[in-house]
Amino acid sequence: MSDDEMMQEGGTIKKFCYVNRKAPYGTVYALESLEVVLIGAAFEQDVSLIFMDDGIYQLKKNQDTSDSDMKNFSPTYRALEMYDVEKLYVEKESMEARGLTEDDLVVPVEVKTSKEISELMDEQDVVLSF
Amino acid sequence: MLLHIVNKSPFINNSLESCLRAAKKNSGVLFIEDGVYGALDNTAITPQVKKAMKDKKFFVLASDLKARGVSDGVIKGIEVVDYGGFVDLTTQYDVVESWL
Repeated sequence: MSDDEMMQEGGTIKKFCYVNRKAPYGTVYALESLEVVLIGAAFEQDVSLIFMDDGIYQLKKNQDTSDSDMKNFSPTYRALEMYDVEKLYVEKESMEARGLTEDDLVVPVEVKTSKEISELMDEQDVVLSF
Repeated sequence: MLLHIVNKSPFINNSLESCLRAAKKNSGVLFIEDGVYGALDNTAITPQVKKAMKDKKFFVLASDLKARGVSDGVIKGIEVVDYGGFVDLTTQYDVVESWL
């Protein structure tokens, strides 16, 4: 067990990291990731979400699926805070390649360089990729 | 004349790149689904598309832009079409080639 892990009622708290790299609607990965994060939140683990590559587009403001017959799940990212999922990280390089800034996103995020992202991944007990 | 349809994000594979390499002068390129990210200005892909726009006609599907929240970011000169316009394009061009 690492030093970061603490015992509490019900067991150990582990560092869980969800890596989101897919655009929101072309595949089901983004929605599936969000559902797993919400389910996982019930277990009160130390959760981080990383958005990189096309995963950044999951957080784009102004999504409106009214003409597409799909569920717009982007408002759910704003609800993550209520589940104590507050560590949202965005890779700077991915954001820049897409001409996006933090102002284009539906939630406050921490922008990290790819080097910082790699360090963050290295600290985790569990990494889940979507 | 060919209408090329691109439905994958230009950042995840080389569909758009291959399409642009294969597309001849005066052919059409239509962006749908995650392909619409290729129609956006100020991205790492934009210069490639702008270059191709010099001798090819580009279109993008409105509802897929809207779903992704990127309707405002389209490169000037790319024509935004609705589903009716999509159907019209498939009839205006002789052949449709989908870059899956």
